[in-house]
Amino acid sequence: MPGADKETELSERIEAFLSELKRCGSGAGSLRGSAETARETTSLLRRITAQARWSNAGDLMEIIRKEGRRMTAGQPSETTVGNMVRRVLKIIREEYARSRGSTEEADQQESLHKLLTSGGSSEDNFRQHFTHLKANVIEAINELLTELEGTTDNISMQALEHIHSNEVIMTIGRSRTVEAFLKDAARKRKFHVIVAECAPFCQGHEMATSLSKEDIETTVIPDAAIFAVMSRVNKVIIGTQTVLANGGLRAVNGTHTLALAAKHHSTPLIVCAPMFKLSPQFPNEEDTFHKFVSPHEVLPFTEGEILSKVNAHCPVFDYVPPELITLFISNIGGNAPSYIYRLMSELYHPEDHEL
Amino acid sequence: MADSDGRQVDGVNHATDKDVKLQEIALAKNEGKELTKEEKQRLRKEKKQHKKNKKDDKGPPEKEKEKEKASVPAPSKPATQSPAHKAAPAPVHASESAAAAEKPAKSKAELRAERRARQDSERTSKQGKKEGGQQSASSKPKATPNELQPVVKRLPEHVQVDDPAALKKLAKKLERQQVPLRSDYGYKVSLFSHLHQYSRKSPPTLQISIPATVIHPSIVRLGLQYSQGIIAGSNARSVALLHTFKQVIQDYSTPPNEELSRDLVNKLSPYISFLSQCRPLSASMGNAIKYIKKEISNIPSQCKEEEAKGKLQACIDSYINEKIILASEAISKYAIEKISDGDVILVYGCSSLVNHILCKAFEKQRKFRVIVVDSRPRLEGREALRRLVKKGIRCTYVLISALSYILPEVSKVFLGAHALLANGYVMSRVGTSQIALVAKAYNVPVLVCCETYKFCERVQTDSFVSNELDDPDDLIVTRNGKSHLENWQTVKSLGLLNLVYDVTPPDFVDLVITDLGMIPCTSVPVVLRVKNVDQ
Repeated sequence: MPGADKETELSERIEAFLSELKRCGSGAGSLRGSAETARETTSLLRRITAQARWSNAGDLMEIIRKEGRRMTAGQPSETTVGNMVRRVLKIIREEYARSRGSTEEADQQESLHKLLTSGGSSEDNFRQHFTHLKANVIEAINELLTELEGTTDNISMQALEHIHSNEVIMTIGRSRTVEAFLKDAARKRKFHVIVAECAPFCQGHEMATSLSKEDIETTVIPDAAIFAVMSRVNKVIIGTQTVLANGGLRAVNGTHTLALAAKHHSTPLIVCAPMFKLSPQFPNEEDTFHKFVSPHEVLPFTEGEILSKVNAHCPVFDYVPPELITLFISNIGGNAPSYIYRLMSELYHPEDHEL
Repeated sequence: MADSDGRQVDGVNHATDKDVKLQEIALAKNEGKELTKEEKQRLRKEKKQHKKNKKDDKGPPEKEKEKEKASVPAPSKPATQSPAHKAAPAPVHASESAAAAEKPAKSKAELRAERRARQDSERTSKQGKKEGGQQSASSKPKATPNELQPVVKRLPEHVQVDDPAALKKLAKKLERQQVPLRSDYGYKVSLFSHLHQYSRKSPPTLQISIPATVIHPSIVRLGLQYSQGIIAGSNARSVALLHTFKQVIQDYSTPPNEELSRDLVNKLSPYISFLSQCRPLSASMGNAIKYIKKEISNIPSQCKEEEAKGKLQACIDSYINEKIILASEAISKYAIEKISDGDVILVYGCSSLVNHILCKAFEKQRKFRVIVVDSRPRLEGREALRRLVKKGIRCTYVLISALSYILPEVSKVFLGAHALLANGYVMSRVGTSQIALVAKAYNVPVLVCCETYKFCERVQTDSFVSNELDDPDDLIVTRNGKSHLENWQTVKSLGLLNLVYDVTPPDFVDLVITDLGMIPCTSVPVVLRVKNVDQ
């Protein structure tokens, strides 16, 4: 049956994507970077919308929620997956409301006033059937994909507004967004970049070689020298893995030290993060916040005789509180960390925070 | 005056018979010795006066010619005096003879009076100059000499690499001392162009011929151990240096016509230049060298060579014992008071003193666990980890980038120091200031442990002006078979920076534990002053 074939093909694709996600955590998968993950997730969700069997918006949301839960469980630290799922859910709600004729904006915020005036809860089970819903939703997801493809360019376009000539900029580890940002500025301005190598993965080395190929004066320093050279740095520009709901960051380990050093020297800390990294998570979930990889990166097996008597830790992420951040640069412009909660409410519906 | 008397004595010697003559000669020798000391001073003053006269009236060259002519046929007087004082009487004789030639009419007594008057006037004029100079200089002879001495220090060579004149001077000095000059390696980051950057692959011993005649072989070995990083750590380097100097002193023999106190110091200079070419001297090594030089120059000249050598070796042994070994015992005693049961102590890198404290505390049955923080590229923390685990202490090991993750568990931070500067800043391994910064942010107390012999009078506010650059190739790492920085030299705009030290501001440090007690960071100049007064 063609329907069954489509279904099996769909589930195969979902399984393939899940295994990719599981592998990319250890760096062995083919998905490189959050942007690609976001794109893959969105295309997969589009495929689900197109090929799965559903009759009304509620069913579609159930399916997407279920698949979304599975995907986030595959790689919990890769928050872009969950973010894209929530974006698509919001798209579905919007399209449904548009088809129904009412504006979704009004029902967004839960205010005391609304609770009083509306009386009963708005029984909006999304059970109505609309013929053009599918097409509308797929079109909206295509728009989302276009937006995702343009995020890096949008951010790099703002580079010249923030970097002046003869500056010394510090960064840590490797972020494709920051790389594009600096390369764009280097076309017109001359400045110096100091890259902290971010042990034990030493991704800063790749970043430095790639920047120096564009004739940007680059220096690689070990992590221990961050505070020592900070007094000569004019700006710190970093990327991040996730932007949390309170405006804080979940970034590579070492970023918190960098942020503290910048604060001590009153150096502005600029975070280049596209909007799809914004996640409605808060940093108080102690056991799910940190991710650890094998400690042999830190203490190799050649140190055999002391290995069994020593605890070695290799955390991957660091929490940076919003007080240390000066500015967020995203594809929709620059924002202060205190504004992040507002942006979040525009992107996601409050009922989708918990998938 | 003395000259005429001396001449008269000579005359008398010729007159009497042999026995008396011998006695008289002995007498003349003794008198001559005494006289020569006074005479020396007077002769010097007269020389100066003569130079002044020459300058003032642009003295006629005939005087010089006469001086030369007169000095060549030196009279018999010098025979009775010690050979070192030969030079002094000769020009005096010349001046005497010149004066005599010029004023043959004046009698000796008149000359005597003239000379005395001249000396007096010179003395007063000199004092007058001093008076005028006193206002400009900050030293006053009445106040204690240690108090406010003008700092006329030369800038050390190893922070003047960007000055071509200084480099030329160094090259000349090294050539004179027959010490090989080491060349810099690789592209230097522009902020640090005033510092040396050497490569471990080209040790300075490559250029030394075998056998090295000027440099003692144990010094060559020590230099190689320094440059290859085999001996690292401020205490280890100082102790190795002092042991090597003991060996050098053992093998030293005073050449004829030289004094041990002066010649040995001169012999040590090329060794020290060589060692600083291998690796810039640390503050502790600098203090040790100053101590040795002072001890050597304080050796009285009548001391026999064997006795002097034994004395010096005993001095070195007592220095090591007092300043390093006993100091670490005292510091451990103080520090153990600060360690309580259930503590989680964070240490950074490998500091011999901190390791010693922890081992002693463990022996005293304190219950604590240790977190060792390490950093690339030196990875010294692994050595500390091995030592602590061997003792049986429970340890955790992380890299410095995981500091924010591990710090909420920590109750105290113990840091070692390479030197304590006079403005309260702590100079230590790079990364120490970072640890202090983050510990301060988490409200964890930071204790620095440092012996007093590492206190130095320099002041510094940042880690740039005076630092050490290690081999930049150390930063290259191979992961998953790929090493991105392998060809960093070929890329024009890429630089690698491998700093060795950094300075921690005193507001990050809560307490400094020294062998004199527990002091705040800002009391370092007080300790320095007390030490100087003692010495």
